[in-house]
Amino acid sequence: MSAHTALRLHVPEPSGRPGCVTDFSYLQLSGAGIVRKPPVDTSHFDTTDLAYALISVLDHDDRAVGPWAPEIDSTRLRKGLRAMMKTRIFDARMTIAQRQRKTSFYMQCYGEEAIAIAQAAALQQGDMCFPTYRQQGLLLSRDDVSMSELICQLMSNEADPMKGRQLPVFYSYKRAGFFSISGNLATQYPQAVGWAMASAIKGDTRIASAWIGDGATAESDFHTALTFAQVYRAPVILNVVNNQWAISTFQAIAGGESSTFAARGVGCGIASLRVDGNDFLAVFAASQWAAERARSNQGPTLIEWVTYRAGGHSTSDDPSKYRPADDWERFPLGDPIERLKRHLIVMGAWSDQEHVEVQRELEVEAAAAQKEAESHGTLLDGRVPSAATIFDGVYESMPDHLRRQRQELGV
Amino acid sequence: MLTEVKQPVVEAAEAISKPMTMIQALRSAMDVMMGRDSDVVVFGQDVGYFGGVFRVTEGLQAKYGKTRCFDTPISEGGIVGVAVGMGAYGLRPVVEIQFADYFYPASDQIVSEAARLRHRSVGDFTSPITIRMPCGGGIYGGQTHSQSPEALFTHVCGLRTVMPSNPYDAKGLLISAIECNDPVIFLEPKRLYNGPFDGHHDRPVVPWSKHAMGNVPEGYYTVPLESAAVFRPGTQLTVLTYGTMTWVAECAARETGIDAEIIDLRSIWPLDLDTILHSVKKTGRCVVVHEATKTSGFGAELSALVQEHCFYQLEAPIERVAGWDTPYPHAQEWAYFPGPDRVGAAFKRAMEA
Repeated sequence: MSAHTALRLHVPEPSGRPGCVTDFSYLQLSGAGIVRKPPVDTSHFDTTDLAYALISVLDHDDRAVGPWAPEIDSTRLRKGLRAMMKTRIFDARMTIAQRQRKTSFYMQCYGEEAIAIAQAAALQQGDMCFPTYRQQGLLLSRDDVSMSELICQLMSNEADPMKGRQLPVFYSYKRAGFFSISGNLATQYPQAVGWAMASAIKGDTRIASAWIGDGATAESDFHTALTFAQVYRAPVILNVVNNQWAISTFQAIAGGESSTFAARGVGCGIASLRVDGNDFLAVFAASQWAAERARSNQGPTLIEWVTYRAGGHSTSDDPSKYRPADDWERFPLGDPIERLKRHLIVMGAWSDQEHVEVQRELEVEAAAAQKEAESHGTLLDGRVPSAATIFDGVYESMPDHLRRQRQELGV
Repeated sequence: MLTEVKQPVVEAAEAISKPMTMIQALRSAMDVMMGRDSDVVVFGQDVGYFGGVFRVTEGLQAKYGKTRCFDTPISEGGIVGVAVGMGAYGLRPVVEIQFADYFYPASDQIVSEAARLRHRSVGDFTSPITIRMPCGGGIYGGQTHSQSPEALFTHVCGLRTVMPSNPYDAKGLLISAIECNDPVIFLEPKRLYNGPFDGHHDRPVVPWSKHAMGNVPEGYYTVPLESAAVFRPGTQLTVLTYGTMTWVAECAARETGIDAEIIDLRSIWPLDLDTILHSVKKTGRCVVVHEATKTSGFGAELSALVQEHCFYQLEAPIERVAGWDTPYPHAQEWAYFPGPDRVGAAFKRAMEA
């Protein structure tokens, strides 16, 4: 007989299941303004404490405090708030459109709006983002991408830029620095590193921004990307959006229990930060810091954004089956839109009245965009791109076998 | 109407030839393309300073610098993944997977990403990448240094799969692959790296310098993709094959005295269907030969294509000679490898039917 007791398999569980209350103490929050800000040429080793802390700028009185409080004027903050509001309105409207069967599927980024939108504000024209399906804020914060064109993609209609080939939300906008979205998780992470390596090979000044969720960090491509980014000091920002959930799976099952995702960056030799993802100013400041590091040849930065997936995973998901219904209201980092709104009001650069007016204006704009998009058809009315086009673009020029198959289809 | 076999294109001014092994020819192709196009970058495991475990990239780092030719971590998914990203940026990466047997960790990047990127983004982004991988057996490589995984690529829409059988084609096809704006899987039969091999393992290997196909132009030329070569003209039966088996089939034709027309596909998929059909309609008999395992191997596709298009001209069932449906063994190398005896026996069956 062994002197040891029987081994037991540990399977992590979230503290909150339906009907319970989540204990959010696992988040290991720091107070606003208390986490130090190192110089951009810091060593990865010297970010160890930052990978286990939480950088926040907005305090309980809605003021920007501490070393990470960015120099950003109220015009840009107002633009950011507007983009977040626009994104939330767009998401809500498209979720309804899915229920009306005008589109087959939708994924909202409810609660995570600050991350993509504030980072977009810290990047420059020509930088390339390698997003997941939950960074629509990168597109909706831009003036040169119309909501109606995005809706055409969602409805796979005759004006869909993706010609009906892709599931809804799988956009591609090279001109807007937004790489083609794939359904296969994490694949974009090493691709972003490769894009950044290419920029360095060519002596360019552009940088890449890679995006991944907490669940997808378990994919092998996450590890691969960190290794390549560190080895070649690639000019890339490695964003990990920790929204606590991968469909029904709590982040502890992805490896987050008693650790952080930022810590993985340090372990791979990459300077890493853990940041309040619902604090627009903190997201902007940390993104700016990482972008400056990349652009000045200091190499990659990994940033874990701590946030909460307020909505369902997708329109095919019902979160009430695996987590408390009121979880979002109890999440300690609050709502990114509410927090920036209150900050701007404290600054005297916004008001409740203006908020209501902008909200109404954006709702009218989104409704008009949907109407315009629907004039090109919806999945419901079957006005989709011609079936002949499915054979195009498999290769640069169409091989004989595809020509024969297209003829066989009779189109 | 059936087209003629497409001839290689050589720029006359640069057509000074010299003897090269397949290794040297492949290296020359990368050298030529790195010299012509500053967007061509070469990387993979041991590819940089050391020049590759098979010497295929020897000297390229010294000539073009570490940012054009470099070593990578041992991560096939990473190698292909960063290549896809570089392709999206606008570079033209030529990457190496040390053995075809080790491409599996890169499957997701190859199948889900490189192959689909142009189609899924409606041309917004493309993958003009070439993935070189030494393949094939006959070298006592055992399970993980002998595989022929071409059928795993030919099944993937959006990929081009290519395999040369001699130094001349190796260089011309590799240049075409690098210039191609589609992702190309470039399979190199390592058994043919230093000389042709007809399956007679008991005889000394003849070096490429003793063979006309080892005479390779030094400068730029291409062998077009989707173009097969009539490796040996014949009248009695058609052999559809590629890589090392081209030489084994040629040997089997000699030893059986059967006047076989041997088609070296060169581009496995998409392929040159016209050349295949032209030959089978002429001979009325067809034998498909490959090293890869038989079931759902590429021979099944070739056999189906011939049957669909040449049913009324066929005078015998289509024969397939392939590796057994087993992992590639070590000690039983020559019982596994489809040598000239097995191929010749299939020729005879096809003639007797």
